[in-house]
Amino acid sequence: MIAPSLALGQRALRLTFRRPQFLIPLFLMPSIFLAVNTGGLASTTRLPGFPETSGFLDFQLPAAMVQSLMLSGLQAGIAVALEIESGFFDRLITAPVARLSIVAGRLIAAAVLAVVQVAFFLVVGLVFGAQVAAGVGGAVLVLVLGSLAAVAFAAIGMAIAFRARQASVVQGMFPFVFAILYLSSAFFPRELLGSPADSISAWNPLSYMADGLRTPIAFGLEWTPILEGFAVTGAVIVVASLLAVAGLRWRLSDAV
Amino acid sequence: MPPHAIVTTGLEKRYPRGGTYAVRGVDLAVDPGEVYGFLGPNGAGKSTMVRLLVTLLRPSAGTAFVAGHDVVKNPAAVRANIGVALQDAAIDPLMTGRELLRLQSVLHGIPRKAVAPRSDLLLERVGLTEAGDKRVGEYSGGMRRRLDLAMALIHEPSVLFLDEPTTGLDPSSRLLLWSEVRRLRDQGTTVFLTTQYLEEADQLADRVGIIAGGELVAEDTPAALKAQVGRPHVHIGLCDPADLPMALEVSASVGSPRPGVTPSCLDVSVDHGSRELAALVRVLDDAGIVVESMAVVSPTLDDVFLQKTGEHLAEEAAA
Repeated sequence: MIAPSLALGQRALRLTFRRPQFLIPLFLMPSIFLAVNTGGLASTTRLPGFPETSGFLDFQLPAAMVQSLMLSGLQAGIAVALEIESGFFDRLITAPVARLSIVAGRLIAAAVLAVVQVAFFLVVGLVFGAQVAAGVGGAVLVLVLGSLAAVAFAAIGMAIAFRARQASVVQGMFPFVFAILYLSSAFFPRELLGSPADSISAWNPLSYMADGLRTPIAFGLEWTPILEGFAVTGAVIVVASLLAVAGLRWRLSDAV
Repeated sequence: MPPHAIVTTGLEKRYPRGGTYAVRGVDLAVDPGEVYGFLGPNGAGKSTMVRLLVTLLRPSAGTAFVAGHDVVKNPAAVRANIGVALQDAAIDPLMTGRELLRLQSVLHGIPRKAVAPRSDLLLERVGLTEAGDKRVGEYSGGMRRRLDLAMALIHEPSVLFLDEPTTGLDPSSRLLLWSEVRRLRDQGTTVFLTTQYLEEADQLADRVGIIAGGELVAEDTPAALKAQVGRPHVHIGLCDPADLPMALEVSASVGSPRPGVTPSCLDVSVDHGSRELAALVRVLDDAGIVVESMAVVSPTLDDVFLQKTGEHLAEEAAA
């Protein structure tokens, strides 16, 4: 199962890098949000209750990362739906490979691509004056957590794709990405969100992922939010992967 | 283990929604090394049959063995022994031919050292050596089909399924694919080929199964199927329509004549076709009848299809 999973992961990555229409939005859209938010909302750091941080850019960088990783997950779903539509999926399932490698390959690709995405936003942040409070070790933690978050998002994208079967349906999930983002602590501290967003964000796993990514950058090695970030991300990976595998089984229910 | 490369007994696929049968009660047996042509119009059940045999669909009833393995009980063994080129050559346009062959090799567990030489050999065989490092998006339809075939052959399967491999191809690409199928047969590979082209089935298949409405309505060698429809006949055009009665009389010594569709022609049913041509020329000449044209007309698979289903396949395919 390992060799086919790696080969399928390599293929998925290769195709992503050969599709500018897939690749560019992952970097461009969050960068635009990052620029607009840091340019226009920097004074929010002076609001009572806003955690003490060296700058609003430091605080916003994880939001850009999470946004990029969620878009990447959605695109993983779109890519799978396109494979189903085109018939490539049929080619895969007539090959003598463990069918789980179809899911595993896509998750491997998401994890590797996430390293590039997270590193990109770290470099952008550093160029524009952000600092990683926890140093190099903190940056490594951010890269690892970012990769794991990407795996979770890709699994969710695949679970949707196996059920939807059509790329346009998966693409239709795009607005939900932003709804989920804004109903989390990705852009603003949970304490400053009004009701019911504050309650929703407390239950939104994305809040813990964003806080886990944010802490090493903006606040240093505070282990509670970091570990919560890893734990919640791990839980989402497990649940989303089970959903993706269930979706795959459902998709193959008419096959032998 | 069954001695056949493919055996089905009462194979059925019924869709729960509407309860329609896509394939109904199909019994067939394909010998190792045989090219079996599955002929039928669009929607007849050809692709469903292939999808059942390559484990993409679960049968509603009946059994199917491919390469000696039950498609339901041991699908993994079936998949390891078959090559599949489905109707739509689902090939990534952004990948090169060589990259796709490499991927297919890994999926089939081919040792890394063997991948490059095997890919080179297959690219050469399907005439894509030059294009191997180009992205598939730059390929023509024929080139994609040939690459699809190469991918299906990467692990040297014992049974190859080709679902309408030449639909929409230009004549030269079609001939290239035909020659490759013949070469595979010569090497002992079993080929299960679906087609809606009469000529393709006639030229390539050792045996032809005719499917209509999901049911196998006829099966035999192309020659035997055509023989079931009737004998060949010689179509004779006369210079003078007034000679027709005499022509009918004298040609009765060679075959069974009947008036043709115009007043100046007749059709003579004969046993073999070309063998009786000389005798016909002789008797007509002896009677002083001037012949304008003569042609041997043999029954076609379309005639077989017409007899079995009441419809012409040629018109369906053209439509």
